[in-house]
Amino acid sequence: MKELLAILFSAILVDNFVLSKFMGICPFIGVSKKTESAMGMSVAVTFVMVLSTALTYPIYKFILVPNGLEYLNTMAFILIIALFVQLVEILIRRFLPPLYKALGIYLPLITTNCAVLGVTLLNIEYKQFGQALVNALGAGLGFTLALLLFSGVRERIDAADVPKMFKGVPSALVAAGIVAASFVGFGGLVENLFG
Amino acid sequence: MSWTKEFLKGLVKENPVLVMLLGTCPTLAVTTMAQNGLGMGLATTFVLVGSSVVISLLKKVIPGQVRLPAYIVIIAGFVTLVSFLLQVYVPDLYGALGVFLSLITVNCIILGRAEAFASKNTVAASVADGLGMGFGFTLALVAIGSIREILGSGSWFGLDLTFGVLEPIRLFATPAGGFMVFGLMVALVNKLSGYQISKKKMGCDGCPSQSACGGSCEGEGCAEQ
Repeated sequence: MKELLAILFSAILVDNFVLSKFMGICPFIGVSKKTESAMGMSVAVTFVMVLSTALTYPIYKFILVPNGLEYLNTMAFILIIALFVQLVEILIRRFLPPLYKALGIYLPLITTNCAVLGVTLLNIEYKQFGQALVNALGAGLGFTLALLLFSGVRERIDAADVPKMFKGVPSALVAAGIVAASFVGFGGLVENLFG
Repeated sequence: MSWTKEFLKGLVKENPVLVMLLGTCPTLAVTTMAQNGLGMGLATTFVLVGSSVVISLLKKVIPGQVRLPAYIVIIAGFVTLVSFLLQVYVPDLYGALGVFLSLITVNCIILGRAEAFASKNTVAASVADGLGMGFGFTLALVAIGSIREILGSGSWFGLDLTFGVLEPIRLFATPAGGFMVFGLMVALVNKLSGYQISKKKMGCDGCPSQSACGGSCEGEGCAEQ
């Protein structure tokens, strides 16, 4: 249990997927302008991360490894993620229209989100299925935290009078740097709490 | 002469990283050292040119509705190939790039060029376009990598520049420094290009998912920038 909590909190705070591993920067900058869309995107990403790991991890351990096909992991995983995202889109459009309304538009963007492929590829390092799932959940929650915090920062930047050359994406990138620097403060926290 | 034009546009005018704001994840992640940036750039160029050729050859065979999954599989094939090559011939670089080597598969630049160029043009033009975009990507990565390595680690391509007296500014080697250097470079390019980028949407222009989302994300974050 202690170990799982350590994995969860280090994925959220210390090894934050966006701010320290640089995965999913496009949605981080692109969708963070409004808190609402930031929330929709992060819920969709977290959902797809956990469920894709639930699919890719067993497939890697029980199909690819016994047959000596580990090198096919990238190709197999991206196909699984693409098919899975399509399936989820069709299912929730059919059965859960309110959820589709909230998440639907973000789903097609998630296939090519490197955070999802990244988390499934990193998760095969874990020895137990549970650890992999917890890490995927932590990665998703870390993405959510970063996106929500940053959408607050973005709203303030919009109100500020930035130099013309920094308007738009450049000022957002510099602000992301400052947010990333503040996350460095979490270093060592998890080791102290759960170590 | 048009091939030269296709080649040159990727280098400067439509530089995938600094002007079109694509492929930001590998740009930030591997540029702590100039040589990693160079390796990543060349590996991506290889995948880009290879997949452009195959997609351009198969453009009449691949049905329109399943083209994106088909492109992704072709790209993933080339990524697997390049990771084998690097693992054998340049194991140090293979270790340094880590998971980001596999993540070339989802690099927006490659899928974006497949969708916007290779699927509509001849093989030769696609090669020129792929080489130009690939070298433009490499150029940007080496530039950002050089700034971060010189300031953050006090060296350039592994060559020590501190002479044992200067203290490097560690911030530039951290993720925070990566965001800031990239932001400053985009701001500079923005000024030099007459403030084109201020109007640009992050990753939406030339976004490979644009056709998939069919502009449904219009006004909902993606196109909001």
